[in-house]
Amino acid sequence: MSVKLLMRESFEQHVDEALLLDCMRCGFCLSSCPTYLHTEQDEAQSPRGRIALMKAIREGKVEWDTSIEESFNLCLGCRACEPACPAGVQYGALIEQTKEAIQEVKPQKRLEKTVRNITFNHLFAEKKDLNKVVKLVHFYQKSGLQKVTRKIGFLKLFPPFLNEMEKALPEVPRKVEELTPVKPSTIKVAFFTGCLMESLFQEINDKTVQLLKLLGAEVMIPKEQQCCGALHGHSGELEKGLNNVKINVQAFDSDDFDYIVNNAGGCGAFLSEYEKHLHDNPDFAEKARRFSNKLIDISSLLINLGIIDYLKSLPLSESKVIATYQDSCHLRNVNKVFEQPRRILENLPGIQYREMKKADSCCGSAGIYNLLQPKMASNILNTKMGYVKEVNPSILVTSNPGCLMQMKAGIAKEGLSSKMRAVHIVELVYEQVHRVV
Amino acid sequence: MDQHIIQEFINIVGEKNVKMTTAQLLAYSYDATANYQALPDCVLSPRNTEEVSEIVKICNEHKIPIVPRGSGSNLAAGTVPNSGGVVLLFNHMNKIVDFDKENLTITVQPGVITADICSFVEKENLFYPPDPSSMKISTIGGNICENSGGLRGLKYGVTKDYVKGLTAVLPNGEILKTGGKLAKDVAGYDLTALLVGSEGTLAVITEIILKLVPLPKTKMTGIAYFNSLEASAKTVSSIIANKIIPVTLEFLDKKTIEAVEQFMKIGLSTEVEAMLIFEQDGDLAAVEHDVNEMTRIANENGAIFTKIANDEAEADKLKTARRVALSALSRLRPTTILEDATVPRSEIAKMVNKIDEIAKKYNLSIATFGHAGDGNLHPTCVTDVRDQDELNRVELAFSEIFEEALLLGGTITGEHGVGEMKAPYLEWKIGEAGLNIMKGIKKAFDPNNIMNPGKVFAKETKKRVVLQSVR
Repeated sequence: MSVKLLMRESFEQHVDEALLLDCMRCGFCLSSCPTYLHTEQDEAQSPRGRIALMKAIREGKVEWDTSIEESFNLCLGCRACEPACPAGVQYGALIEQTKEAIQEVKPQKRLEKTVRNITFNHLFAEKKDLNKVVKLVHFYQKSGLQKVTRKIGFLKLFPPFLNEMEKALPEVPRKVEELTPVKPSTIKVAFFTGCLMESLFQEINDKTVQLLKLLGAEVMIPKEQQCCGALHGHSGELEKGLNNVKINVQAFDSDDFDYIVNNAGGCGAFLSEYEKHLHDNPDFAEKARRFSNKLIDISSLLINLGIIDYLKSLPLSESKVIATYQDSCHLRNVNKVFEQPRRILENLPGIQYREMKKADSCCGSAGIYNLLQPKMASNILNTKMGYVKEVNPSILVTSNPGCLMQMKAGIAKEGLSSKMRAVHIVELVYEQVHRVV
Repeated sequence: MDQHIIQEFINIVGEKNVKMTTAQLLAYSYDATANYQALPDCVLSPRNTEEVSEIVKICNEHKIPIVPRGSGSNLAAGTVPNSGGVVLLFNHMNKIVDFDKENLTITVQPGVITADICSFVEKENLFYPPDPSSMKISTIGGNICENSGGLRGLKYGVTKDYVKGLTAVLPNGEILKTGGKLAKDVAGYDLTALLVGSEGTLAVITEIILKLVPLPKTKMTGIAYFNSLEASAKTVSSIIANKIIPVTLEFLDKKTIEAVEQFMKIGLSTEVEAMLIFEQDGDLAAVEHDVNEMTRIANENGAIFTKIANDEAEADKLKTARRVALSALSRLRPTTILEDATVPRSEIAKMVNKIDEIAKKYNLSIATFGHAGDGNLHPTCVTDVRDQDELNRVELAFSEIFEEALLLGGTITGEHGVGEMKAPYLEWKIGEAGLNIMKGIKKAFDPNNIMNPGKVFAKETKKRVVLQSVR
């Protein structure tokens, strides 16, 4: 059977007609979509256009071709269209189903295949392997090889955007000093460490634990936990991802703690949808519901634990530096968390918080999007850096490892490294608290 | 479409402004109207009036249909390319050309987003009042073609009341300029008024001069609940009879309130039969006076609950129900069909009761909300496009609703336009003489029928429904 026919069948099988019919085609999503705005308002690169395409393929109104494939590939999956939608269309679910439908029929392109292979079959399948890679990266950084390869420019062989990403690789982690708790522990928290965070950003995870302890939380880290499965889900590999989902649900199924906390926006959104992914699995549905109910992001938990009052009790700083915040799309659009990080930033003693324009719009990182669609990702990043420069902060704050790397790459690309740095919100809070404690 | 015609288009607008991929053709095959879809042959993005003129000349020569399209938020299938041809976009013609504080005008290209015009002039304490619900994404060009209304229509009028002049490309490619930055102008026929609301069937509008007014200083909001439809309708009439013209006076019926409550759980009483939301703007003393008076009138007419918002946050809360009405309804069933039958405001209660009767008769779910102050109702049918039998009943029901509206001295469409969807009903409203003169005008402008063909005028008029319960 031809790809065209197979594709229609695959769409019929994977893409839920009822979800497609939720779209009224009102167009309210258009102005929220970064790819629509970055293609001179090409409707084929908009959420409404993509939904119409899913429907048309499913119904056999159009035949599968590269232009349709491009339209789906170019979607960031940022889900900014969801809060903008008056009809409650579950775009995130639809694009995941679409990716699955395509994945089943269509052989991937080479770059994508390489990246996918590294990502899914090695890095994220087993945490052990990822740690190996990270050790290698650390060796590479420590040994001074990094400087050498940067000089030789051997990475120039890769697409230009990978070069930028290489510059954004985190430094070797330093030991994090402990903070003395301000109150006895009253609450128990399980920490979902996240694979990227645990390996590339170990220091941020250590600081997360310290901040929680500071505010009277006892932190547990279930050992059996795996990658959350988001990257699989977003790339049509949901089946592979579901294994991880089940392992995690099991690993965290305990009455020993009140919260499951995470510090990566991208993971958080997917974790919150565990319930949805397992709702028809009798063995896991109830556990998944418990999991999703206990789930919380780090900013919200810090606020629940009283960080605002604690910050207010700190001595005022004489000089303040300007900081701005780049939303994590999934933390904002899926988990609806955007006030909490801002409230924390506004109360940091040494920080003057300034909101930048379109902070709620995607930075172009979007999981592995910046590796698969370097051109669009780079255009979106350029626009983003334009808004950053309008605020001209010393510190650019994020809530997700992908955004953090992307913002670091943006700063390097703009030649701003000497006067601006990108941090995870946990790093900044820790730094501000540690400074005075 | 012939390859050498496409080459001519490429010569005019450049290759990247000619969209022809499968994905792109499909993405411009629809608007916000349920159940209408047709592929164009190509999609063009001209960069200025001259390029539009060149394109139109080619289309006229080869008799190729042209469908001008803004953001595609049309609710009457007015921007669906049902005869194929060229879809014309204004994504490059999206600049504010001139802002004239001495004449209180703003000159814009058709691709500017309506809400952007509002926020631009409000920074200078000026006001562009027309506020269709889609204003965050709709383009001003689309608003001009549809003569869009909105919530503030009662006090401030609709789009046509703010259009001072137009630049338009006629179907033969000639460039026409009408009106200007003038308060008075009676030089010949009022072509500006003719082109506003012409739904892209007469000419392509490429530049617009809009009138601005001073921005009102304050705004206040109140609500009232009623346990009878009649009491709410009497309140509306009584407010106007008391010589108060509020900026908005919105109405929600029981079914809408139930849907909102089911969706939002904001504590609306589902025992309530009707809800009014009123708002006044202007100088503080006058605003306070009017809002207090409207509350008094509501109470006098049997309101079971009234409230005036203390601040903007509370006002937003009070307005939630109206704001989410369509969203809430749309979640009930897969397909939502939103109509805009309009009656004189004195006839609202009768009309809403009739809509309920008709819904029962055809076993359909139709909720009604809308702009009570100007009689512009939105009977909204939630249905399922996959159920052909139900769709047939929906069509019959809406035919009866249009007929009832006409009997009450109303119209088939208050603000959405005729498009393709309501073309078969146009003659019901304007009669044979009306239809003939309109067709004559169309022919004078567009003898080859290239401008948005199949819209406004249907092949044949729908057979009228014979109503048993007449008058």
